Amino acid sequence: MEKKSEISIVLSGAAGQGIQAVEHILTRVAKDSGFHVFATKEYMSRVRGGNNSTEIRISSQPVKAYVDRIDILVPLNDNAIERLRSRITDETLILGEKRYVEKEKNSIGLMLEEIAESFGNKIYENSVAIGVLAGIINADENALVNNIRAYFLKKSEEVVKANINAALKGYEIGKSLGLKFEITPSEEVKKQYLLNGSEAVAKGAIAGGCNFISSYPMSPATTVFTELSRLSRQHGILVDQAEDEIAAANMAIAAWYAGARAMVSTSGGGFALMTEAISLSGMIETPIVVHLGQRPGPATGLPTRTEQGDLNLVLYAGHGDFPRIIYAPGNLCEAYELGARAFNMADKYQVPVFVLTDQYFLDSFYNVDEMPQAKIERYIIKTDENYKRYALTDDGISPRGIPGYGKGLVRVDSDEHDEYGHITESAEVRRKMVEKRLKKMEKILQDAVPPKLFGSEDYKYLIVTWGSTQLIVREALERLGKKDVAMLHFSQVYPVPPIAENYFKKAEKIIFLEQNAIGQFANLIKLTFDGVDTRRRILKYDGFPFSVEQVVEAISKEVE
Amino acid sequence: MSSAFDPKIYDIPDADIAWCPGCGNFGIINELKTALAQLQLDPTQVVLVSGIGQAAKMPQYVKANMFNGLHGRSLPAAVAIKMVNPNLVVIAESGDGCTYGEGGNHFIHTIRKNPDITNIVHDNQIYGLTKGQASPTTARGQVTTLQFDGVMVDPFNPIAVAVALDASFVARSFSGNFQLTVELIKMAIKHKGYALIDILQPCVTFNKVNTYQWYRENTYLLPDSYDPTDRQAAFKIATDNSKLALGVIYVNPNKPVYEEQLAPYENDKTPVALRGLEV
Repeated sequence: MEKKSEISIVLSGAAGQGIQAVEHILTRVAKDSGFHVFATKEYMSRVRGGNNSTEIRISSQPVKAYVDRIDILVPLNDNAIERLRSRITDETLILGEKRYVEKEKNSIGLMLEEIAESFGNKIYENSVAIGVLAGIINADENALVNNIRAYFLKKSEEVVKANINAALKGYEIGKSLGLKFEITPSEEVKKQYLLNGSEAVAKGAIAGGCNFISSYPMSPATTVFTELSRLSRQHGILVDQAEDEIAAANMAIAAWYAGARAMVSTSGGGFALMTEAISLSGMIETPIVVHLGQRPGPATGLPTRTEQGDLNLVLYAGHGDFPRIIYAPGNLCEAYELGARAFNMADKYQVPVFVLTDQYFLDSFYNVDEMPQAKIERYIIKTDENYKRYALTDDGISPRGIPGYGKGLVRVDSDEHDEYGHITESAEVRRKMVEKRLKKMEKILQDAVPPKLFGSEDYKYLIVTWGSTQLIVREALERLGKKDVAMLHFSQVYPVPPIAENYFKKAEKIIFLEQNAIGQFANLIKLTFDGVDTRRRILKYDGFPFSVEQVVEAISKEVE
Repeated sequence: MSSAFDPKIYDIPDADIAWCPGCGNFGIINELKTALAQLQLDPTQVVLVSGIGQAAKMPQYVKANMFNGLHGRSLPAAVAIKMVNPNLVVIAESGDGCTYGEGGNHFIHTIRKNPDITNIVHDNQIYGLTKGQASPTTARGQVTTLQFDGVMVDPFNPIAVAVALDASFVARSFSGNFQLTVELIKMAIKHKGYALIDILQPCVTFNKVNTYQWYRENTYLLPDSYDPTDRQAAFKIATDNSKLALGVIYVNPNKPVYEEQLAPYENDKTPVALRGLEV
């Protein structure tokens, strides 16, 4: 029997049963053993009960995407299997508490509770399960002990010891099962970090000098808010949980006005309340950075699921004409870089800047190297007596001062205004100011992040993606192994980088792949470039991420 | 106290003032400039934050820093500015519609936060900018340009709400009383924490009920013997609408100031705004 160098483990159970604890510990045990790890979770919108699952891929090779395949399914209660039935194949081994799995034909039933009780308490059963899984993948025993210890650090020594012993018993069992997985460790991976999308966005923001966040909690974007709050003391970040998203957005803009580098973190429904503030940012040329973690709408939609459905929302948010920048990172490194870049560009151009992610992206993690150095670019000037906040300049950018820094007065006005910021109804001034604001777009375009081409330069078929689908489609294309299929990924979706047109022109057939029902980005491309055929679209909008297998199948239908 | 500045230093000479002749806002703008001058505040250290409405145009005509934002949103903006640079004197200034209507939620939660800002509300009990509709403080039964059969809801009581929320400084004034208003604005600015001054002011164009004469007949000055730290007494004053009390109605000197509790200021009082800048 050939040994497999990769395993896909899925844990399934009710909210509150400790799936997240198992995920947290097992992924770290695997990483510290030198194995590549990817994990993502899907959960229901409830605090207790229901049915949630986590997928953990552990491999000899880098793994960074969601697959349908389940090698080992671990149900944590008696109804944890049914919902995943469509993903269970003859190859799937179902492993867990005997009474939950005994009806399944390909299963291994263990007395996890009984083992846990032998160490003093039934609640140690998850530690036993972690041990079993660690044994199956032949993880490093020290990594197992250290991570169990670290997780239960705040508990009594007695509890720590009991959990370690329970895990070691499981480890022994796991090893004795003789399953066909052999994952090769790498020293390099041991030195790496496990990071999820939320942490990458938050750390990127900090690297870009973020020192103010005002937000109202909303899934899935709360995690970025939480991360910045957790790090507020360490990095000098002002944190405000606002009464509503309207306040949050207005605060962030006023914070920039006063000299901070501010952001809000929200989702579509919360952002809907911020649209008035986006227009304010456009008019007073005072920046705002918006992290928007997308989830399916309309309205409350599917609160805990994933979608790429809010591109149009941020593209068209705010009445009137003014420039903006929209980023959509495709991997953790891009999330970090663009998280930082958002602040630099916001400061440079005095416009709203968006970072679009989604539930899948924010809740997924894999092992990464140290993030690259991001530098903080500041553009604040010290004012003099004759300072004019909206001085007309060749490139449309007026030097930005802040109140109390220099001898000048900083006067911003949401009404149309003259160079001093005074309200005006002069048609001539109005015309000049509209043109001034829009003129900034010329330089913004020069600073555009170009799309990345993956695969052969000599392509016939071009798969176009943006945001969180990058790594899923990359893995799918590797599996397809077709020389004439390439992928063009956009991490800046607006303004569309002009260079993109060259890639489109070269393709015989262009296929857009998006997680929304209408192909919002394809429509934007159609508006941007004449003559690009945007009719072929692979769309998914059921709230679950694309899997590698689904993408392989969908692309296979489009390419010969 | 040493000599005051000349209030003229806050003048904007060529300002095209949009208020009607006789508007209560003319009284308030002079009272504000006089208070700033008496406190010797440099215009570069003052930020006037406003929303939208006739009252919200005030910063347009006062030489200081200005953040003239959106309708109802002066308070969130003011809180953020104070958080980022506590050295600034931050004054949020708007009308009754802007502050108590569109911005009602912000009014409640800003009081809870207790940032060290001054909130001046020009309360003319009517919507002026949009031409005469009822505001949150218009009396029940009053006929307006929109409420043809008279207003059908009870007015919002900002003073009672502020006392109920344990605001740290609550005062009411009348734009026609120059000395009192100047004093109250000065006290509010000097007060550490959130300070509300609801300034009653006539709208000579759209409110023919609450006129200068009406305010003179329906207000009274709180006596010197009144103790503003007595919350129960303050409630009584705040909920007695037979005559409207003028003066400092309630003070809670023991409330922690919001921005002072924030992590970045724990060991370093340098405003976040100025960190990393050449000072």
